[in-house]
Amino acid sequence: MILTITTTYRPATDLGFLLHKHPDKVQTFPLPFGHAHVFFPEADEDRCTAALLLDIDSLDIVRSKAQGRKMAGHYVNDRPYTISSFMAVAIAKVFGTALSGHCRAREALPDQAIPLQAHLSVLPSDEGEPLIRRIFEPLGYEVEVQKTLLDPAFAEWGEAPYYAVTLRAVISLHRLLNHLYVLIPVLDNDKHYYIADDEVAKLLQHGKGWLNSHPERETISWRYLKHNSRLTQTALSRMAYGSQAGSSPEEGPSHRPVPLREQRIQTVLDVLKASEVSRILDLGCGEGELLRHLIQEPVFNELVGVDVSLATLAKAKDRLHLDTLPERQSRRVKLWHGSLIYRDRRLEGFDAATVTEVIEHIEPALLPAFDRALFEFARPRVVIVTTPNREYNRLFESLGPDTLRHADHRFEWTRQQFTDWAEQAAAQFGYQVRIQGIGPEDPVLGSPTQMGVFQRK
Amino acid sequence: MTVNIPELSLVVLIGASGSGKTRFAQQHFQSSEILSSDACRAMVSDDETNQEATHDAFDVLYYIARKRLERGRLTVIDATNVETRARHSLIALGREYHFLMTAIVLNLPENVLIERNKIRDDRHIPHNVVHRQLRALTPSLSRLRREGFHQVIMLSSEDEIDGFKWKRQPLWNNKTHEHGPFDIVGDVHGCFDELQALTGKLGYRLLRIDGRYHIEHPQNRKLIFLGDLVDRGPGIMEVLRLVMDGVDEGSALAVMGNHESKLLQKIQGRDVTLSHGLRQSLEQLDQEPADFTKRVKDFLDSLVSHYVLDGGRLVVAHAGLPESMHGRGSARVRNFALYGETTGETDEFGLPIRYNWASDYRGKAIVVYGHTPVPYPQWLNRTLNIDTGCVFGGQLTAFRYPEKELMAVPALKTYFDPIRPLGTRTESESVNLQQEHDSLLDIADFMGQKRIHTRLIGDVVIPEENTSAALETLSRYAVSPQWLIYLPPTMSPAETSTLPGILEHPREAFSYFHTQGVSHLICEPKHMGSRAVVIVCRDEKTSRVRFGVSEESTGIVYTRTGRKFFTYPELDSQVLERIREAVERSGLFTLLKSDWLMLDAEIMPWSLKAEELLKEQYAGLGRAALMGFDAAETAFSRAQERGLALSELAERFSGKKARVEQFIQTYRRYSWPVRGIGDIKLAPFHLLASEGEVHSGRDHLWHLDMIRRLSAVDPGLFQDTKAVQIDTNDQKSIAQGVKWWEELTEQGYEGMVVKPLFYIARNSRGKLVQPAIKVRGREYLRIIYGPDYTADDNLANLRQRFVGTKRRMALREFALGIEGLNRFVDREPLRRVHECAQGVLALESEGVDSRL
Repeated sequence: MILTITTTYRPATDLGFLLHKHPDKVQTFPLPFGHAHVFFPEADEDRCTAALLLDIDSLDIVRSKAQGRKMAGHYVNDRPYTISSFMAVAIAKVFGTALSGHCRAREALPDQAIPLQAHLSVLPSDEGEPLIRRIFEPLGYEVEVQKTLLDPAFAEWGEAPYYAVTLRAVISLHRLLNHLYVLIPVLDNDKHYYIADDEVAKLLQHGKGWLNSHPERETISWRYLKHNSRLTQTALSRMAYGSQAGSSPEEGPSHRPVPLREQRIQTVLDVLKASEVSRILDLGCGEGELLRHLIQEPVFNELVGVDVSLATLAKAKDRLHLDTLPERQSRRVKLWHGSLIYRDRRLEGFDAATVTEVIEHIEPALLPAFDRALFEFARPRVVIVTTPNREYNRLFESLGPDTLRHADHRFEWTRQQFTDWAEQAAAQFGYQVRIQGIGPEDPVLGSPTQMGVFQRK
Repeated sequence: MTVNIPELSLVVLIGASGSGKTRFAQQHFQSSEILSSDACRAMVSDDETNQEATHDAFDVLYYIARKRLERGRLTVIDATNVETRARHSLIALGREYHFLMTAIVLNLPENVLIERNKIRDDRHIPHNVVHRQLRALTPSLSRLRREGFHQVIMLSSEDEIDGFKWKRQPLWNNKTHEHGPFDIVGDVHGCFDELQALTGKLGYRLLRIDGRYHIEHPQNRKLIFLGDLVDRGPGIMEVLRLVMDGVDEGSALAVMGNHESKLLQKIQGRDVTLSHGLRQSLEQLDQEPADFTKRVKDFLDSLVSHYVLDGGRLVVAHAGLPESMHGRGSARVRNFALYGETTGETDEFGLPIRYNWASDYRGKAIVVYGHTPVPYPQWLNRTLNIDTGCVFGGQLTAFRYPEKELMAVPALKTYFDPIRPLGTRTESESVNLQQEHDSLLDIADFMGQKRIHTRLIGDVVIPEENTSAALETLSRYAVSPQWLIYLPPTMSPAETSTLPGILEHPREAFSYFHTQGVSHLICEPKHMGSRAVVIVCRDEKTSRVRFGVSEESTGIVYTRTGRKFFTYPELDSQVLERIREAVERSGLFTLLKSDWLMLDAEIMPWSLKAEELLKEQYAGLGRAALMGFDAAETAFSRAQERGLALSELAERFSGKKARVEQFIQTYRRYSWPVRGIGDIKLAPFHLLASEGEVHSGRDHLWHLDMIRRLSAVDPGLFQDTKAVQIDTNDQKSIAQGVKWWEELTEQGYEGMVVKPLFYIARNSRGKLVQPAIKVRGREYLRIIYGPDYTADDNLANLRQRFVGTKRRMALREFALGIEGLNRFVDREPLRRVHECAQGVLALESEGVDSRL
């Protein structure tokens, strides 16, 4: 809500010249989502502080054109009160000249490093204090972070994801403002307008001279560009020398690469090829990752992806380029909306079905329905089911003892649980099942993924 | 001459070009009944003479013909049809839909045709074309019956054509005008004593006057026999005599069974093996005079395969009948009705394994049938087999329509040994046939646009995109379909108030009901928790037998979107057990004569389900705002010390801060930590249903009275819902209601719910009135509209909100909810219940202002 910038440079009141604001005036500027007020709580020779106060009405944001999707859904929202991307917009609007490094009255001063202190009253951070430090400390700031409880009446709710942050450095004002302009939205991680192509240009412009040497430049670009991989890729490759163009930000640059996924696909592909099948169902196809690989194999004549989410199917259609693929190719692939806990006559008569990383998303009470729909009614000759091996979770540093790998997982099975389920289903519906692991095998805990290959008797 | 053409006919006009088919068709049939090849040519190519478009034109013609035949509409094909091949395809089409084939041949001499073609002004057909057509047609004229036409009408001169008249003739099986009441009797197989006992029990008097039976019933009920009257049993001739006399005098109906068919063949002199009890029939027939045999032969010959009764709501057939065959007449229909359909495999007793047509049955009509003995009748998808194997020592069963009750008498002895044992005769303690079938629902019943008929407001139409969205929710988050009987409707707020500083006020709710002609209202406090539907069963057996669930449990608690309420299994079972105990001790199971009941309730605290929302949105806002305001205050006071003119701004911000503090106070009220069951409160306000009854016919006083019995035995868990009655004609009463709302909201309640005293209320035009209107408190609305909503300009903006869409949704969801409950209580197939729940979820996926 309020950002203050303090200097102890002498004469400190030069801050007024730098910001193009008279220290003895209270000024108000209109913004698309409310108003910005600028005034100076302190202004003498030794110390001068400028305050930028945002006066935002949540109902105004809802009405304004600048609203983002998230805002529209939530009328009760913290963003009018935090140092959010609204603040970045206000900086550009109210301190535009200073941001660009100009000062007519004191021509040399903008580039001069002076002792500065910025106080951000309510800085959000979804990854807590460490993220704030990782982002500001490499830029030479002394960072002071003040934490509070979310609500003292409910201590069990823990720490608030908002921090009162003070940054201190001897630095030029326009550099400080550029840092804030880029990094406030990065911490906000929830820009209030849709991402446009010119955001890359803005990022490069305001990040000039510091971003490409920042160790967290990937995280910064990824979050600034609203997790848009194409734009992030562009931004990183356009950053000057020293950048690692080409690294995949698909999962977010801060996460480790996931070769397990590819191993899983390769294993499934190998089983399918060895089974001499040509009409294949991919049940719970998601965005079509497996299908994309199956399409490459001309021996597979008919590929049908089934998913319960229409939104996901639309993405799959895009990612598989079904609209632009040559007709002979696209004719082999179909995407159907369906659900695995209902009987579906469209799914009868296929050679094989793959159900990769799907059953763990089904409520346990509905699993018997899934078993019947798949093995009793769809009844393909070959069924391949993969699911996480819970025992292996211990080897993932980021997972707590009782945490599952994904928030939507309803369960994760140990090898014994998976074997029990698979053997019971096979016996009940007349299949033979073979179980194997996928991924690096730990002598005690097994592989990260487990796979059951069912063969109809 | 006037000919009769059966109502389910595919009429094929046959005649060369110029024979006047089109004019003939237009003269005698409705234009919508005629499918003309010329018209189809024009449709696809803009030129009705374009022979090159013939193939595409016939594609269109066949497509439309199929749709009409599927729907059972008489259809006339106006094309030359002179080629055998063309007629052959039409006959195949008719067969596919069990239609009767009628050929009308306009058989004019070549010279007449040529003359006619000359004077046609629309087109000129060359002589050689007409000649070729006749050469193809003439030799086949005598073969038309053999080709497969049931009826051939030959019009061989212009006079005959001009004199043609026809009448639409209902099929023999069409008894839609007979509305009952009926008593439908299963396979008798000569068990006359039992038949006599059963008819007596059903209230019939059988009189014998001059050697003939007269069947009388004080309510003029009619007996319907499902066939297999003969063979095996000891009193075959007496059974026949009774049924024949009854059919003759119009007090009974009978359809043919496979045993009648075989007996008829034998009497007609064909060579059939004397197995399956035919010998008994023949031996007993031998004792009778010859004219009796003649009578039996004529009777058997007159029997039809099935009847469609009561406006199409009831179908009777010996071995059952799929919907596509109802009311149709063909050899295949007859075969199915007599023998059923078999898979081609046999079971361990060497008997054919039957295709279970009933499990695929989706028709609206009830189908009552027999043929295969079962231990006791069980509904499956509105079909019922009532052959309980009397002759094998079982029972003789009757189904009473429209009462849908069963009545049976036991066999006096085993007259014939069954090949396959009859099985146990008691209803087992496990799931029934319908539940077994319903344990896996078919997705086809839940996709695409849905039209759900409700008893309260007629059809509710749900667009495809909403159905799809609901299917996803159901698949990913919901409890088992077996539990998901009911989802509560959304509730509309009162219209916007015009009082200063107030957005919602009880006066608008009272006046809404008053203008709808509902003056007797009841107000209840709106508990601030999370909505929950609770199903409690007396024991695990009840949840298995009545609900068909496979999980071991005595009930469930789920949210208004169908998710399991308690995510910790331990808490879940503790709460359920505590509720079950309370219901048991309160005597409600006994009072309601039910082993289960369903409650509509609110569970507190709100934070139990909504902790994430409270933390992230409400507490987050509060914390962020206070941090910001504190920093701003510091800056203000420093600046003011310097003499800057900031008082207006500072005041404005302190006003904002005060409103945020009120906001924080409000959300804190609805939140407390839950460490165990002791921290949970359950406030039921509707007793939705119990065995045999949906309690929507009761007023809210009854509901609250029932619920008070629960809080009386377990006040620790159950929270009472107080109530105040309002008479909208009485200003004093209205003022009391307003005062109560003020008190409630001051006490921290979310607000008040205003309902008609009766659960279901209609206005003077018979339209359903909102079942409830909420009036939320001024402070509660702060967490809905944001801390600053009470500021004047904000309030002015918010007053423009519109409640119409929300109200329409509330009514439709209410109607669907009540419909689902009724269907469950009526023991309808699960898909019929499930579609109502899906409907509510689907409507909820519609984007409506979530703050309303």
